[in-house]
Amino acid sequence: MSEKVLVPPDHTAPTAFTRAQLDWLPWLEPLAVEAMTARHLASLVDAARVKSPYFRLLARDPDALEARTRTDKDIFYNPDAGLPRAERELAAAATSRFNGCLYCASVHARHAATYSKREADVQHLLDAGVTADLGERWNAIVAASVALTATPSTFGPEHVDRLRRAGLDDLAISDVIHAAAFFNWANRLMLSLGEPAATV
Amino acid sequence: MAETDADIIDALVGITPGSSLDAIRARRPEARAHAQATYRALFTPDVPGNISAQERFAVGEFVAGLHGATAIADRYAERLVESGAPAALKEAVDAAVKEAKTHGPYGSYPAGPLSREDTAGPVYRVAAATRRALGPRLAPAFEHVHMLVFHPRDAAPAALQALLDAGWSTTDIVTLSQIVAFLSFQIRVVTGLRTLAGRP
Repeated sequence: MSEKVLVPPDHTAPTAFTRAQLDWLPWLEPLAVEAMTARHLASLVDAARVKSPYFRLLARDPDALEARTRTDKDIFYNPDAGLPRAERELAAAATSRFNGCLYCASVHARHAATYSKREADVQHLLDAGVTADLGERWNAIVAASVALTATPSTFGPEHVDRLRRAGLDDLAISDVIHAAAFFNWANRLMLSLGEPAATV
Repeated sequence: MAETDADIIDALVGITPGSSLDAIRARRPEARAHAQATYRALFTPDVPGNISAQERFAVGEFVAGLHGATAIADRYAERLVESGAPAALKEAVDAAVKEAKTHGPYGSYPAGPLSREDTAGPVYRVAAATRRALGPRLAPAFEHVHMLVFHPRDAAPAALQALLDAGWSTTDIVTLSQIVAFLSFQIRVVTGLRTLAGRP
């Protein structure tokens, strides 16, 4: 007999992009904490993630989860030059806005607002979408992220040129590429293995 | 031919030691190493589990083909053949790419203010002849993969139940989802870095 998907408990589904804290409810059974082996626990990288049903679900393939998480952390947290943290988060939020991942957009819009102190611009991206006018440097980063997110990609030399005119060097452009590409990874897992819920 | 451990993103972009992109990737060494570790975990895992190498590389060729990333699709197609796949399976994957190719992202939001952004697009159902050649596990998997590639915001528990009913376990679905999501990253990094390299 095949397994069954989970039926999430009663909840309020968010119907707009928000910077508010959201919950995430799995559609497939995460590993039970008491059933996790040392390998499963190590694959979380951050021990506190054992509280997260999302990470306990992904821990079913621990090698893939651990490598995913270490890739993620270097793209977003490596402090060695390149794109400032705020703008790596902007690329993540723009990608999530374009793919339609309310949960990912909420987390990374919060980070983008925190690190840039440009709450109004970040909220405008969430409210108006990826064509919002955020000033040329941010517009160039959003446009490049969106072009790379389209399937097939529409990212071309014109996006590289626009990012350079906006003051980005090639390491920073590579950071935009990696941040947008990574959220094409993250959005697909978040969107397809469960759903967001408003916190009460 | 044995799977080598040469960095697949470097190979697909054409990054040579000492080049400017080699130096840029070296500034994010963990991301570079763990993108490769993810590839290994998902395509040549230490513990293969229930998903065969043929299934993994068939999905790889399909995802890259849907992205219009011909050189990358060819790479996965070569691995598919090396893994012992019959010619009929390779032909079925080629046929599925032709049947299923479209433009994304599209899809619907929960009813509310975002409904004005709903964008219609096809729901892929594998054609009868292709379905016979793919078999009862890969055919429903390809339908799910198409949704993940082009319209992930249409994800729903019913799609996961269809995979469970076709014999994919909960853990198998996590791995399948990681394969598609990771490739969505890998293909965009390759596309982005190739474009950057072409604009010295």
